[in-house]
Amino acid sequence: MTFKSALLGAAAAVALAPAAFAERGADGEVRIIYWQAPSILNPFLSGGTKDVESASMIVEPLARYNEKGELVPWLVDEVPTVDNGGVAADLTSITWKITPGLTWSDGSPFTSADVKFTYEYCTAPDGGCAQVTKFEGVESVDTPDDLTVTVNFAGPTPNPYGPFVGGESPILQAAQFADCVGAAASTCTEENFNPIGTGPFVVDDFKPNDVIVMSANSNYRDPAKPAFAKVTFKGGGDATAAGRAVMETGEYDYGWNLQLAPDVIAQMQEGGKGTPVAGFGPLVERIMLNNANPDAARGELRSVKDDPAGPSEHPFLGDPAVYKALSMAIDRELLVEVGYGQAGKVTCNWVPAPDAFNSTSLSCTPQDIAGANAMLDEAGYLDTDGDGIREADGVPMSMLYQTSTNAVRQDFQALIKSWWAEIGIETELRNLNASVFFGGDAGSPDTFQKFYADVQMYANTFNGTDPQSYLGNALCDKAPRPDSQWQGENISRFCMASFDELHAQLQSTAGIAERAEIGKALNDMAVENGAMIPLVHRGRLSAHANSLGGVILNVWDSELWNVADWHRIDG
Amino acid sequence: MSDYDTNTPKAPDTATAMDGAAEGLTGRTPLSDPIPVAPPKSQWADVWSQFTHHRGAMISLFILAVIVLGVFLGPFIWRADPQAIPSVVDMIKQRDARPVYVTLWDGSAKTTWANPLGTDNLARDNLARLMYGGRVSIAVGLLAMALSIVLGAFIGVVAGYFRRLDAPLMRLTDLFLALPLLPLILVGSLLFREPLAAVFGIEGGTFVLIVSLIGITSWMQTARIVRGDVLALKEREFVLAAKSVGTQPGKLIRKHVLPNVMSPIMVSATLGIATAIITESALSFLGFGFPPDFPTWGRLLNDSVDRMVLYPERVVWPGLLISLTVLCVNYLGDGLRDALDPRIRGR
Amino acid sequence: MLTYTIRRLVLAVPTLFFISLVIFLLLELAPGDPMAQVPLTVPAEVKEQMREALGVGQPIWISFPKWLYQFFVIEPQVLFDHYFGTSFSEGDFRAISWQTRSPVMDIVVQRLPQTLWVVGTAYVVGFAIAIPVGIYSAYRQYSLFDNAGTFVTMVGFSVPPFFSGVLVIVIFSVQLGWFPSIYDTTLVVNSWETFVKQINQMFLPVMVLALQITSQISRFMRSSMLDNLNQDYVRTARAKGLKERTVVMVHVVRNSMIPVVTVMALSVPQIFGGAIITEQVFKVNGIGQLLITAIEANDLPMVQTLTFIFAVLIVLFNLIADVLYGILDPRIRYE
Repeated sequence: MTFKSALLGAAAAVALAPAAFAERGADGEVRIIYWQAPSILNPFLSGGTKDVESASMIVEPLARYNEKGELVPWLVDEVPTVDNGGVAADLTSITWKITPGLTWSDGSPFTSADVKFTYEYCTAPDGGCAQVTKFEGVESVDTPDDLTVTVNFAGPTPNPYGPFVGGESPILQAAQFADCVGAAASTCTEENFNPIGTGPFVVDDFKPNDVIVMSANSNYRDPAKPAFAKVTFKGGGDATAAGRAVMETGEYDYGWNLQLAPDVIAQMQEGGKGTPVAGFGPLVERIMLNNANPDAARGELRSVKDDPAGPSEHPFLGDPAVYKALSMAIDRELLVEVGYGQAGKVTCNWVPAPDAFNSTSLSCTPQDIAGANAMLDEAGYLDTDGDGIREADGVPMSMLYQTSTNAVRQDFQALIKSWWAEIGIETELRNLNASVFFGGDAGSPDTFQKFYADVQMYANTFNGTDPQSYLGNALCDKAPRPDSQWQGENISRFCMASFDELHAQLQSTAGIAERAEIGKALNDMAVENGAMIPLVHRGRLSAHANSLGGVILNVWDSELWNVADWHRIDG
Repeated sequence: MSDYDTNTPKAPDTATAMDGAAEGLTGRTPLSDPIPVAPPKSQWADVWSQFTHHRGAMISLFILAVIVLGVFLGPFIWRADPQAIPSVVDMIKQRDARPVYVTLWDGSAKTTWANPLGTDNLARDNLARLMYGGRVSIAVGLLAMALSIVLGAFIGVVAGYFRRLDAPLMRLTDLFLALPLLPLILVGSLLFREPLAAVFGIEGGTFVLIVSLIGITSWMQTARIVRGDVLALKEREFVLAAKSVGTQPGKLIRKHVLPNVMSPIMVSATLGIATAIITESALSFLGFGFPPDFPTWGRLLNDSVDRMVLYPERVVWPGLLISLTVLCVNYLGDGLRDALDPRIRGR
Repeated sequence: MLTYTIRRLVLAVPTLFFISLVIFLLLELAPGDPMAQVPLTVPAEVKEQMREALGVGQPIWISFPKWLYQFFVIEPQVLFDHYFGTSFSEGDFRAISWQTRSPVMDIVVQRLPQTLWVVGTAYVVGFAIAIPVGIYSAYRQYSLFDNAGTFVTMVGFSVPPFFSGVLVIVIFSVQLGWFPSIYDTTLVVNSWETFVKQINQMFLPVMVLALQITSQISRFMRSSMLDNLNQDYVRTARAKGLKERTVVMVHVVRNSMIPVVTVMALSVPQIFGGAIITEQVFKVNGIGQLLITAIEANDLPMVQTLTFIFAVLIVLFNLIADVLYGILDPRIRYE
């Protein structure tokens, strides 16, 4: 097989790039498995991680993040900064210089017009572009010449690396997508399934929600890469099966995001065919505390904070003694050990990464049941009727704790329920189908936005390395309400005037160090004042075959960001 | 045991009453019948005495009784709490214990008599979880099966017997067969979960919801099979005879049609229990079932599949118990059918 | 019989219309959002724009007729164009899947081969084993063979495929390495070698599915045979001096087929419907996997089209079953 593919690869290289070394395609086939199958190869129309990552092998951005979260130039020679003059001193524009000589996989030249087109494509009305926030604040995109792109912002933008940076914002070919702008975007099946890109691979065959077959891009900028002539990208099934196929049977070379209990991973690793690798982005598993009252008797105003009709506060979750006690009763180290192993770390923060933004002022370990009990006793929450459950104003402290259906989350629920029982707080558990829970259907009572429960657990993160808009999720006016169709990111209905002010300050602050200071302060403010109980800083755990070299797990961008460097080694 | 051609001794006439009219006309008038010597017994006593002669059914009855008693009374003897998680240090020490019998071939295994079947990954007692899980699974299995059989048999008999109702009822069956199960369940739980919870309490409401959802989505095959049999039956001579002596349709169906379609119903019932237990686990798995810390056999099996190699007991026990229950119900069904069939009775 | 068939066919049209409307209403009523799988990092306003671009949330009096038109007018045109190279459907808007933004029918057609290969083979294998097993079990009721058969079929039926599938993978793929654990849908069978490969990768999923099917069918066959073996006509047939073989294989089996025919007729739509769990476990990615992913992603056009295709098949095969009843048992009369 290797011989044949080597011959094929060599033939391709000789035919199309005579000066190249005959190394492209020398290593035959690489097989990748994602247990969520890609549906479309145009990341602007989906936003799903599976789609963004599979497309990242084909279409590329101007610059992307490396495994340390640093920006690296990709289709440009250097990342523009204020220092090198690429970013205007008043922070209102950024100028990218495209590397000369780049071509699309069809051989046509890659120009600034394509970059400008991508901006127009994503911001066209009725197009339904999933990445439109990447272009937030962009006023215009200018193309002074074929290799220069200037992005002009409406106001000073401290972080100008939104547009055209990272796997979510790659460049599409203007010639291919010219007729697919706006409302026509959905009808361009052929284009969406076979985008022409600058990446190391081109699509041969795409079966949506099943498999992608790709081959090496003969016009790729580095004549020696990619080392593989063919990629089979299989989707579907579950994480267990993907892990087994990589580590136990060796049928696949790379398995994505193996969300499995640590003992299961360890057992698979004994199969000896593959190795798990973990990387940490800003993903945090947390318990959101409902700052509003979720009592069903409140009807339409259930879980709405700014109720004009009267008090809408949660009966007891608003008391610092209660939420601090709840947090103290949790043994985060044990949660990590049971649920995530090497793919998890204890965290007390909402924003645990990048390092500059990771606050060190909070502590939440070790577990302190006695302390939590003392705190509740002191605050006057006593068990007056001797049934083991404390009362708040005569009403037993009983909470509904909901989350999405997922084995690890159910284990967490059971553990946390037993710890909270030890501090005299009763918990009723509920798990909901993920597609209902995370769906924004305003007609369903079970969405996480409606939050018809006292506490709920899920994970959230942000793209890139700047948490500004993520921290904005705790602003007062972002709370979901019936009149906004329950849309909004402030799930806990947290509201604090000083937080809103400080966030406004963040938006106009430029220096990285200052921004980090404000970011940490915002993080502490939200956690200390009962927006959430952070539990676990979750990593991404993927596995690669022992015979696959060059894998560098990157959680700041697509995991397949350096697929061009992957190669076969003796495993 | 090809004894169908041996002369089947007939039971006393009272017992054959249910098929009497038919027997009379089909020329099987029992010339060879023994003259009754013993006083006539009631029909059900006769059925029972026939049933006791079915060895498989009797063994199954015994095993099923043991399982049912075990899961319903067991927790009063084995008082471990299926939901209790020991506090931190103990949990790490006690979790993932193996069943005691593992020491037979692996002396170094982590076992303790405090947990004869071992513990799960959160140090909950497997035996207690199996017993509590069995309560729900058996109850869901039997009730959902009963609901689906009653619905299926009723619709099947009515559709097959009353020509006028055949088309509408069969189109209704088509409709239910075509409905996608998952959205149906979503809608069901959206519409009825809260009202049911208000009436039966949260767990009771979920129970009623699950039983009814499984019941009303699994009767169609039974209905079609029963209807097919009834269509053939109602052209048989004994039905004609019963009609000609003026038997009312209701009585005719009860006395003559229903007993003759018992066997497909029994098979459906047996298969239905297994389906209901498994469907319940699928529902829990999808997030529509019981609360997550509430064990059921299907859920225990489902949750343990990932650790099948390390802890086979966690899949084997629930799997075995489900199979055993289904197997017992199957033999009971066999025995019951034989006992109800006057032609084989007394064999 | 012919008039009956024609009448049923005519009646099928309003039935199917009603079924499609009920399915549509059900899907509309079900909670869910096609944007549920879009990461939380995408803000709500953007998700709303994406919904609008897809036409999510149109009132039902617009979306239902639109779907009917797409399914019954545009899709046949597309099919016609495909075979005859015409261009009737040019410029028409076909039913588009919300997940993939590509025509629903194209994906269905792409998925059918896998499902027909795997699930179809499993049914053929299942029936081929079940019917003889059922006949012999009944003929020798309570013999060793019968009891063993009962045991195996009951265990087979009560072990769900999410367990048995993983079990055979652990044994045959991981431990022994005989069969692949992941089905390769890109394999094109064009030579002996690829054919062997195809059989190899089909073996495990077919085995798991066939076990379930065999269990079910053999139970029905056995019980139905038992009912008939004790009938008077059997005794009469024997009394006439017919060969035992003729009595059992011709008279009894034929009369016992009625419930089995029902099960078989009902299972044909299931073949096309795929096997949701087994397809997931072995990554066969056929129609079953398509349906479940579409339901999870709340891809209404896809779910509606798939369920409607099943409905057509169900109505059709139930009709076939009814006609078969009449053929198998001449006493059954339809007016």
